[in-house]
Amino acid sequence: MLLIYETSDDFDARGDDHHRRSMLIGAWRAYYKALVDAGVYVTGAPLQPQSTATTVRVKEAGHRQVQDGPYADTKEQLGGLIILELPSLDAALEWAARCPTAATGAIEVRPVSQEVRELVEGGHG
Amino acid sequence: MDDPQRVVERVARESYGRLVAYLSARSRDVAGAEDALGDAFMAALRTWPRGGVPANPEAWLLTTARNRLADAARRQRVRADSAHTVKLLVRQAAELPAWSAFPDERLRLMFVCAHPAIDPAVHTPLMLQVVLGLDAATIARAFLTLPATMGQRLSRAKTKIRDAGIAFEIPDYHQLPARLDAVLDAIYASYTSGWDDLAGADPRRRGLTDESLWLARALVGLLPAEPEPCGLLALMLFCEARRPARRAANGDYVPISEQDTGQWSMPTIGEAERLLAGAAAQQRPGRFQIEAALQSAHTEGALTGGADWPAIALLYEGLMFVAPTTGAAVGRAAALAEAKGPDVGLTELERIDADTAERYQPYWAVRAHLLRRMDRVPEALDAFNHAIELTEDGPIRHFLARCRAEATAGAVAS
Repeated sequence: MLLIYETSDDFDARGDDHHRRSMLIGAWRAYYKALVDAGVYVTGAPLQPQSTATTVRVKEAGHRQVQDGPYADTKEQLGGLIILELPSLDAALEWAARCPTAATGAIEVRPVSQEVRELVEGGHG
Repeated sequence: MDDPQRVVERVARESYGRLVAYLSARSRDVAGAEDALGDAFMAALRTWPRGGVPANPEAWLLTTARNRLADAARRQRVRADSAHTVKLLVRQAAELPAWSAFPDERLRLMFVCAHPAIDPAVHTPLMLQVVLGLDAATIARAFLTLPATMGQRLSRAKTKIRDAGIAFEIPDYHQLPARLDAVLDAIYASYTSGWDDLAGADPRRRGLTDESLWLARALVGLLPAEPEPCGLLALMLFCEARRPARRAANGDYVPISEQDTGQWSMPTIGEAERLLAGAAAQQRPGRFQIEAALQSAHTEGALTGGADWPAIALLYEGLMFVAPTTGAAVGRAAALAEAKGPDVGLTELERIDADTAERYQPYWAVRAHLLRRMDRVPEALDAFNHAIELTEDGPIRHFLARCRAEATAGAVAS
């Protein structure tokens, strides 16, 4: 899984300026195509800016606590995620380095926990 | 008949790293491979005294460890590819090739240990433990850390190797230089650890110098275009060539300038010189080439009856540039003292950070010798005392005590 952390500049580029927007979308379209062509893409989703985030916790006795804003207020914000099927961390780092955001923000690479996934999706572990 | 206990100790000493590397290259799980191998050693200690030592102990241990890994994989059936893994491991366990036919995976595992996804501070310690079989306490001492802290860092790194999916590959050319340094450091650290154990008291360490030489040769073979592995091998061969002469018959320490050069291995020195010349021709100097060049200069000096101290001082200058350690600073000060006089050397020595120097034995030994030559006897005696306090090695303590006695006698005579 690639967790994509974008600068607020990158988020701005998605919206207002026409030139910057088409540059950004072009780079992402090329990257997405490369992932699909290589047969490694599983799924992914770009996220709306951090300002749209709402955080929820359920305290004791089912008391729901809802808060405006993201869970972690960081300079670079979580801008999206991509799940890839790859043989090793090294292969994942290669793809992460090619991600358009790698040049301005940062990409966190983490393996999906197959074990937990199977237990949850299998339903009768 | 071989004593089973003895055989187990020998295999642990000579083949531990090779077995862990081979097992983990397939499972990508260093901690799991170590556990399985530990179980196999326990099983050997239990069954060999009754059933006899097998003809090929390494192959027996490898098969037993692989069966443990297969059992462990069966128990973890929740993993997606477990059926495949189990089949693979069972098939591997069934095959029983001759021990000599197992590919040596140690270098590959060393490069895995130096992966940038692992905390850089733990790269070299991890190799020392996993590939060279040093225990966490010994490693902690060498890296000035508490054993418990070192143990935690090492186990954290092994978990990361297993769970993050680090590739078990020799890295690409562009990633190589960064990882190569840690591999070279580990080989040299294991060599010096074996070298320091003069009495051969620790059986685990006795084979370390040979093991380190073997790994350095394999590295030179793997990366013939890289000059630093050649520099490292040359450095170790220069030391190796003088091994028989470094202690007197009674076990006393003999400094290089007083060694019987007739006991030196000239073919080994020749090989070291050729390796160093080949590396230097590439014009990419580095720490190990410079350290080898220093050994070459000292060797040459002892053979011709006079070292070229200005050249040695220049080499230390270069070493300070690529690897500014306290050891290099002390070496430079000692060389300058020989080239330009003890007062110049002492001034240089006193520029070293006092906190760092406080617990560094060579600093105090050099300081003592320089003060003595400048006839500052009381200060020299203080420095000798400090150096002796910091020395664990018996023969070197003895040597320093003798120098101290000579300084006292010289002062009384004059």
